[in-house]
Amino acid sequence: MQVLYLLIEMIVKCVVVFACLMICVAYLTWLERKVLGHIQIRYGPNRCGPYGLLQPFSDAIKAFFKEDLIPGRADKPVFVLAPMISIISAISLFAVIPFGNQFTIPGTDWVVKLRIADVDIGLLYVFALASIGEFGIILGGWASGNKYGLTGSLRAAAQMISYEVALGLSILGIIILSQTLRLTEIVHQQAGGFWNWNVWYQPMAFILYLICGLAEINRTPFDMPEAESELACGFNIEYSSMKFALFFMAEYAHMVTMGALAVTLFWGGWQPPFPFLSFIPGVVWFSAKLFVFLFFFIWQRGTFPRLRYDQIMKFGWKVMVPLALANLLITGLVVSLKG
Amino acid sequence: METIGTILQWLIFLGMAFTSILASVLLITRKNPIHSALFLILNFLCVAVIYLLLYSQFIAIIQVLVYAGAIVMLIVFVIMLLDLEEELRSRLKLFYSKVIGSVLAVLFLFGLIYGLVATSPTGKTGSYTAEKMSANVKAVGEALFNQYLFPFEVVSILLVVAIIGAVILSKRKLS
Repeated sequence: MQVLYLLIEMIVKCVVVFACLMICVAYLTWLERKVLGHIQIRYGPNRCGPYGLLQPFSDAIKAFFKEDLIPGRADKPVFVLAPMISIISAISLFAVIPFGNQFTIPGTDWVVKLRIADVDIGLLYVFALASIGEFGIILGGWASGNKYGLTGSLRAAAQMISYEVALGLSILGIIILSQTLRLTEIVHQQAGGFWNWNVWYQPMAFILYLICGLAEINRTPFDMPEAESELACGFNIEYSSMKFALFFMAEYAHMVTMGALAVTLFWGGWQPPFPFLSFIPGVVWFSAKLFVFLFFFIWQRGTFPRLRYDQIMKFGWKVMVPLALANLLITGLVVSLKG
Repeated sequence: METIGTILQWLIFLGMAFTSILASVLLITRKNPIHSALFLILNFLCVAVIYLLLYSQFIAIIQVLVYAGAIVMLIVFVIMLLDLEEELRSRLKLFYSKVIGSVLAVLFLFGLIYGLVATSPTGKTGSYTAEKMSANVKAVGEALFNQYLFPFEVVSILLVVAIIGAVILSKRKLS
């Protein structure tokens, strides 16, 4: 029976997390349009339901019923496969994120841990799956048989490879401090108030992580792969209806995971900012912190213009990587001197 | 319960083994190099699952991160940048490379068979057993930075030399 209960717990957790992630993605698109609208002194979507709250559903229905075109010059199997790779990797990324501590089901002694998988190599898992997800964009652009698509996907490849280096290096400081790759362990070490959060010990790494994270999920100012004004949408130029929606959802799911990882690594995960506030469940704190990051991602999109492609590459290799290396060296030096 | 677990492990192993063999065969028979690269990814992922069955989480994730992620990404990148049709038009004869390749492959096969069939040369096991290595990343790091520090540094110097060499070759002015 124990195994059966475990199985039920796993399935319920997977379904709940998947549903929450999808709802989060749906309303993130709404929030983005709303916030960008207000930044640009417009209203944003306000026709579907109150405050346009039903807009995501109307978009989903539209995506489902649009005609699904596959261009004649496209490589059909790869063309169909590419959005799937994107969405699968973006969703499975969330499996290792701890979004709460644990609770006991009332009336039993069954402890439910609020994460899908608690693996020893959580941080590496995130990086591995993110690197698989990049194939979706690259193959999608290549398989369209379109020169804009190919240019977009080649830019995506170069940009992601360069910024992945700085992203990985910026996080190494956290690993040195916490001596583990297990995400729950990293969160536990940040317990006891906001002054214990890693962001105070690794401020440089935090800033580098945010900038490289933006480049990794192809957000403005690093949205070179799709650059509407020069590439007419880049890698997803030939995609329509549900396949385009899958790419879109993958991008937003990846954005949620980037924010969740920032919360976990730097802002103390589900830990409350003050110890006396710990009567509020950890999930609430986690969601609140995540919302701050998601709002930041949208806000900066309304603020910064897009960089030029060569500027992005120069910035990545000549500024981000040396800074991340310096941060790593200083962290290592301080930790080894303190013993 | 034990038996169900064992059967499940066997089923996963068989599935992954056959998929990886199928992927390897498709990898060398496809005409389109991008399709070959895709089957290479599939093969790497199957091998990563087999590592997981051996309780080696770290090796499995490094397999995905480094091989399936980074290296195949570079391969795809190069394939997209090069004009492959030019090579086909020039009707390059691949006879010698095929012969050398098959000889190397057969030698490698013999090496594998020897490694599997022959008993371990000394018959002793070290302090870093498979269980210990698979348990956590710490054990791998300890082995790498204590026992194998010198080879590790040699490899890192080799990589730096390769990077600098590539930069110098690409920066050379054609006069």
